[in-house]
Amino acid sequence: MSMVAGVGAKTVQAVLAFGRFWSFGGSMLMWSAADLPRYRAWRRVMPQFYEVGNRTLPVILVTGMFVGLVLAVQAYDQLLSARLEEHMGVLINLTLVKELGPVLAGVMLAGRIGGALTAELGTMNVTEQLDAYRVMGADPIRHLVVPRFLACLLLTTLLTFFCDLMGSVSGWFIAVIVKHVPNGPYWYRTAEAIEFWDVGVGLVKSFLFGGAIGTISCYKGFYCKPGAEGVGKACTESFVASFIVILIIDFFVATFAMGLYKALYGFKPLL
Amino acid sequence: MPVIRLCDVHKSFGRLDVLKGVDVDLRPGETTVVIGESGAGKSVILKHIVGLIRPDRGSVHFRGQRVDTIGEREWAKLRTRFGFLFQLGALFDSLTVGQNVAFPIVEHGTYSKGEIEKIVADKLRMVGLDGIQSKRPVELSGGQRKRVALARAIALDPEVVLYDEPTTGLDPVRADVINELILKLKRELRVTGIVVTHDLASARKVGDRIIMLHGGKFVFDGSPQALDRCRDERVRRFVEGRASQEDLRSLQNRGGS
Repeated sequence: MSMVAGVGAKTVQAVLAFGRFWSFGGSMLMWSAADLPRYRAWRRVMPQFYEVGNRTLPVILVTGMFVGLVLAVQAYDQLLSARLEEHMGVLINLTLVKELGPVLAGVMLAGRIGGALTAELGTMNVTEQLDAYRVMGADPIRHLVVPRFLACLLLTTLLTFFCDLMGSVSGWFIAVIVKHVPNGPYWYRTAEAIEFWDVGVGLVKSFLFGGAIGTISCYKGFYCKPGAEGVGKACTESFVASFIVILIIDFFVATFAMGLYKALYGFKPLL
Repeated sequence: MPVIRLCDVHKSFGRLDVLKGVDVDLRPGETTVVIGESGAGKSVILKHIVGLIRPDRGSVHFRGQRVDTIGEREWAKLRTRFGFLFQLGALFDSLTVGQNVAFPIVEHGTYSKGEIEKIVADKLRMVGLDGIQSKRPVELSGGQRKRVALARAIALDPEVVLYDEPTTGLDPVRADVINELILKLKRELRVTGIVVTHDLASARKVGDRIIMLHGGKFVFDGSPQALDRCRDERVRRFVEGRASQEDLRSLQNRGGS
């Protein structure tokens, strides 16, 4: 009987948490839409833009650079043996813009910014600062969550673009400068294979990743349990949940985009 | 008519029944002090009054209007008539002292920048801290943080100010400064005050009326003088700072095991 009661209690808790998450997300989206045209709201968003962009750009650039370097080093011998070294640009840039760029930039953001957002809001929660907003007749979701959410949503795409760019340059450096692949054919093949569609799919993914990171990180901080342990646990949960959601979104967007492309333009062979 | 009325308020957190039928009327212009042991549910009562917590059963009324059933949007307007001093101040770390005090004014008023600066200076002067507008909360001492939080709580000239453990964590001198401030606010702004504390010196000094919460219900309601005359064992033990036989037995059992 106690086991049944335990399962029941856990189910009720899970349903309540699910409802709370969607209520939180709904309120956040409603305030985001309402505040977008307001100058005063953008004054709250701009410092968050600085925090998210400034804190993450160096990490994102380093990530992009090493992804490009590793892809080029790994691909060169294989493509050379098949006399396809001119196609190196296709492999490096397509992998970057469609998959590794958005996913790795998203993961780095989840770790670098997501953790910081959860810790900041979690600390505000345990020191009653969130209640202080409420008792002054201000909605903490509007004042604290919406600026952070918008910064994550809008800047992840831009940061992913920089990650892609850095990876592309570093991949070109290994292929053309170090391995002496001819520069003209390298870029010609790349331009032939990569379409705006591919870049667009990558950027749409990163936009969704940014939204997911912002929502999950703020939610976890907002409802973290009291004490230092509660904040620490919320940070860990926030990163793990963001990482898993990034992978899930990646799979579904990739599947959907591939199906849509086939339906519109047919199958496109890369070689 | 009472400013605030709590009728048969019950509240549980999980299996813990914190309030078991609390009834009280808080009269205008009076400072009511709620005393009781740590964990008795004193702060829970304050949070019911400003709608941060809703009762499981019973009702909360403000100036004759039932408020425990109203929505968050209505509460947002209504809360401008309350000031709340949190136990740790709850100042916003990312804002300066001036911005903290100005926050409710900017949020709810339509004042010019100059007018806001003047109101902020007035409120800080009232708590004896004018001139520190550009400082950050981390640069302040515990007592200063509470005074700034008090300046923020009265920024909109509220009708009711709720004080959650205003003197906890302060030395006796700083605690007395806060007590004097509570009396000054009552005198100058004629606010209705509700103070939650377990500091009896503070309760006796600022309270027109003291009520004691024990086991989820009020077990004493009277003047500070009546508190000293009360013969109820639970009240006497709290006033004299005496552990119960049950507490002592539990310590002995643990010591022996």
